[in-house]
Amino acid sequence: MVETGHFALVLAFALALVQALVPLFGARTGNSRMMAVGGPVAVIGFALTVLSFATLATAYASSDFSVANVWENSHSLQPLIYKITGTWGNHEGSMLLWVLILTFFGALVAVFGGNLPATLRANVLAVQGAIGATFFLFILTTSNPFIRMNPAPIEGRDLNPILQDLGLAIHPPLLYLGYVGFSICFSFSVAALIEGRIDASWARWVRPWALVAWMFLTGGIAMGSYWAYYELGWGGFWFWDPVENASFMPWLAGTALLHSAIVMEKRSALKIWTLLLAILTFSLSLLGTFLVRSGVLTSVHAFATDPTRGVFILSMLTLFIGGSLALFALRASRLTAGGLFHPISREGALILNNLFLTTATATVLIGTLYPLALEAITGDKISVGAPFFNLTFGPLMVPLLVVVPFGPLLAWKRGDLLAVAQRLMAAFAAALLAVLVTALFIDGASAFAALGVGLAFWLICGALTDLAVKSGFGTVAPDVMLSRLVGLPRSVFGTALAHFGLGLTTLGIVGTLCFGTEKILSIRVGETVELSGQTLRFEGLYPSQGPNYSEDRGRFALLGADGSSTSEITSAKRLYPVRQMTTTESGIKTIGFSQLYLSLGDQATDGSVVVRLWWKPLVTLIWGGGLVMMAGAAMSLMDRRLRVGAPSRRRKATGAVPAASLP
Amino acid sequence: MTRKQKRLSVIVAGLAFLGAATGLTFYALGQKASYFYMPADLTTTSVQPGQRIRLGGLVEKGTIQRGQGATVGFSVTDTQKSVKVMYTGILPDLFREEQGVITEGAFGPDGVFVADSVLAKHDENYMPKEVADGLKAKGVWQESKSE
Repeated sequence: MVETGHFALVLAFALALVQALVPLFGARTGNSRMMAVGGPVAVIGFALTVLSFATLATAYASSDFSVANVWENSHSLQPLIYKITGTWGNHEGSMLLWVLILTFFGALVAVFGGNLPATLRANVLAVQGAIGATFFLFILTTSNPFIRMNPAPIEGRDLNPILQDLGLAIHPPLLYLGYVGFSICFSFSVAALIEGRIDASWARWVRPWALVAWMFLTGGIAMGSYWAYYELGWGGFWFWDPVENASFMPWLAGTALLHSAIVMEKRSALKIWTLLLAILTFSLSLLGTFLVRSGVLTSVHAFATDPTRGVFILSMLTLFIGGSLALFALRASRLTAGGLFHPISREGALILNNLFLTTATATVLIGTLYPLALEAITGDKISVGAPFFNLTFGPLMVPLLVVVPFGPLLAWKRGDLLAVAQRLMAAFAAALLAVLVTALFIDGASAFAALGVGLAFWLICGALTDLAVKSGFGTVAPDVMLSRLVGLPRSVFGTALAHFGLGLTTLGIVGTLCFGTEKILSIRVGETVELSGQTLRFEGLYPSQGPNYSEDRGRFALLGADGSSTSEITSAKRLYPVRQMTTTESGIKTIGFSQLYLSLGDQATDGSVVVRLWWKPLVTLIWGGGLVMMAGAAMSLMDRRLRVGAPSRRRKATGAVPAASLP
Repeated sequence: MTRKQKRLSVIVAGLAFLGAATGLTFYALGQKASYFYMPADLTTTSVQPGQRIRLGGLVEKGTIQRGQGATVGFSVTDTQKSVKVMYTGILPDLFREEQGVITEGAFGPDGVFVADSVLAKHDENYMPKEVADGLKAKGVWQESKSE
């Protein structure tokens, strides 16, 4: 019964209003019973949202076409997995998933926030409640997924075939866990501004939340990239599409936040900056939601355009971003600044990281919003694509990547650059070797490509150097070194892993962009084609029938050195009859870290087919590096010091005496 | 240097960095952004051969020609004017006659538009936004076509 879900959603909205107002008022007046309301209300609100989401998912799983949303986006012949993932493969359902994750994080704060100062906890939950209430209102008024149809149609209109893929089960939930995870950092920042103070428990809480959100966002972006790569059949892993930028901007800002939070936690410096970054990161998440959901952009994500939604989201954006920044402007001066340090130090390196990352975020923001602004002002329509971002984003990233290995090796407060450079000699030698090998032994390698490979090896070896130095490699006996290595804090491993993953991604990007080859040709049955040493023979087109589509499978044999077939690649043209929509299923063969990618085109009257073939060297490292970065974040989270709710030695002190109190 | 001078030099360096980044960004916007035109716009604006633009409109009925290998020719129209486009590659799955399309590329010296990318819709219900707006502005938008 979807009415149950609808009712639960209305109740959840009412509870979110209570959660937004009562604890806030309690915190202002010092009423501890009112402050205590926030926790249980957040948990019940989450339970109601789960109920609401579950009823919609059930309607999808059971193909209840009397629900308009199910009718528009599902079909009885779809495999069960796509019926269920179809729940969020549309505007209304995906907003419900968004708010489900928001209430989930709110409930986590309520459950695990027992050791937070009562007023901070109350204010955090109130801000979460306010965000939740707005989104509930948005869903209920403009995007209600529970509307019935009478009479009920017999058959549904099918889910967009592009979305009928396992990617839909993974990409949106991961991405939303990332986007919405930053709401906790946002709520903590706004709560700190409301209270006018940042204490030590604030810092201990924000960093793990930023890590969790960052980890999921990394996974969501990597998965989205791989999905677009294999599903759209264009063979690219990143298009600088505004929708991609919408998820990339919070990632860049979130990465900066992650690093500045380290300084704040370890050295009590950069407090105000960290707080501002936390606000900006979630603001960019909201902006991303606006760009994707309001229909101002054309993309696969713009499920439907409805002007009232755009206006609503824009007002919401103004309220939260404008409100939090105004609060920041009013209150930031009350927060005391932190300790001093020398420019050449770990703090200095992290500030450099922040300078580059925030500037890069701004570049992406300008490139994404400028066309919208220009069209609104002059009516000119322009598109800003890869050439723009290569020219602006590239020059910002290269110097940043060059300095990455230095950061973790520098000491806090005052570092010795020369000593660090000496420790990195081995990594530098390895990078130089990689440059020389690439330039001398790989045909057609440009200087740019060789330097790119060198940069990737510099990052990879730099990350290993960090672990080697910290475990005393070369200065102590091997068994001592091993026990030191095992005894290193998990966060040191996390840093090394994340930087190692960054190196892998860089290597993958350089490999694919600089050494990739492609061919477009028309081919007949029995003919062979050769690309970068791989030979394929076209075996023919074979019709086949899926549960809700029919397809022509083009079969290609991958030939070994002796001309015999070693394996097969198939690429298909699928027709989904309900929507009369054709899709291309690309054929991919992974060889080592590289991939042979084949995309089937149209069939000509003479029986030949057009085929586009790519050789993509090291391409899997792009996403593999993302997974390693996620593992780094997970490793860092396992650090006892950071574990959410872990008892702290300073806990007693922080509850009573704020580290930075009001004058 | 005194502490004040040090702080000042750090701030100056930071501002110089931001200034350089801003300058580069706006230079890149001027150089690397490609403008969107409909065929009829090309009579009023001069587009040099070789200048990258995005050309959008409907694929004119009966103009799709498959040439040698993977090269395809077709005309893009806004019902007032049409422009001949050549493209080598695989056309998007939703590329059809009388459907909205955006091509990106540049005019050759012979006046034929050589596209290196062709975008159609991601979903059969929607037309590329630029094309829909352009057609609306020219008064040839048919609501029935877009739903």
